[in-house]
Amino acid sequence: MKANGTLKEYRVIGRKLPTEAEPVTPLYKMRIFATDPVVAKSRFWYFLRQLRKFKKTTGEIVSVEEIREKNPLKVKNFGIWLRYDSRSGTHNMYREYRDMTVNGAITQCYRDLGARHRARAHSIQIIRCETVAASKCRRPLIVQTHDSKIKFPLAKRVQRPSGSLVKANRPPTYFQ
Amino acid sequence: MPFKKFVEIGRAAYLADGPEAGKIAAIVNVIDQNRVLIDGPTSGVIRQAYPMKQIHLTPIRVKFPFNAPTKIVRKELEANKVNEQWSASTWSKRLEMKKRRANLTDLERFMLRKAKTARNKIVAKALNAKKRELRKAGKL
Repeated sequence: MKANGTLKEYRVIGRKLPTEAEPVTPLYKMRIFATDPVVAKSRFWYFLRQLRKFKKTTGEIVSVEEIREKNPLKVKNFGIWLRYDSRSGTHNMYREYRDMTVNGAITQCYRDLGARHRARAHSIQIIRCETVAASKCRRPLIVQTHDSKIKFPLAKRVQRPSGSLVKANRPPTYFQ
Repeated sequence: MPFKKFVEIGRAAYLADGPEAGKIAAIVNVIDQNRVLIDGPTSGVIRQAYPMKQIHLTPIRVKFPFNAPTKIVRKELEANKVNEQWSASTWSKRLEMKKRRANLTDLERFMLRKAKTARNKIVAKALNAKKRELRKAGKL
């Protein structure tokens, strides 16, 4: 999978095709984060194959629904449990992100893993993603924003490079 | 140089870049190191996340609790007359002046040039008269 742009959350429900031996088959639901419904269905089958004994040819997808964020204006702490393949092994991780939507947090996670661990999207499996109460957050970078009277200056403001390559004076970094 | 303007709840920020460029909004919450939740109900800014790189802090500050709903933010912004404070500030006047200068028509540019030369002529005349006077009196 290529995690292009912001990922969307899909609720994919599928089941094994009913046979004479098994006329009613249970439905399985998965929360898939993908770029579009096509990729979502593909990822659904990818995971389902690993977990249950049926695949795309012996099963059917009952529904694919995009799940919108219920409260996109509320800042939340997201805890993401995931599993990824590094160059020499596969590891579990728990990461925290602060965002307004699940999609934003998961996308941040993919980007972060790509940056910090060079993990490609296809080697990342999101196991679980939940909003975490502020008191239960573990990562210091997230916990430091849990301050109702938060206050900090914008200390060093780096401007975008503009003008000539060679300048007489250093650009100013103190401006608000 | 001590810092005078802080990213804090209630700080009015001028949005310098991005989709809402040119407007002011109040900081409602800090999302993380790079983003803040801003809201500007009195200036036409919807409540949204905004990157810190694209905001410039103003000296105006209002008091409301963090994550306050838009209704409370609007009440506080109106009570403190933030829009009036902003438009009365030199900063906002300078921004308007720059925008006006950038949007001059050719005729206006011509008129500006003529006005400037007329003014400079008067200034130069007065300056030279003063210089002549002082030279005559021995450059007092």
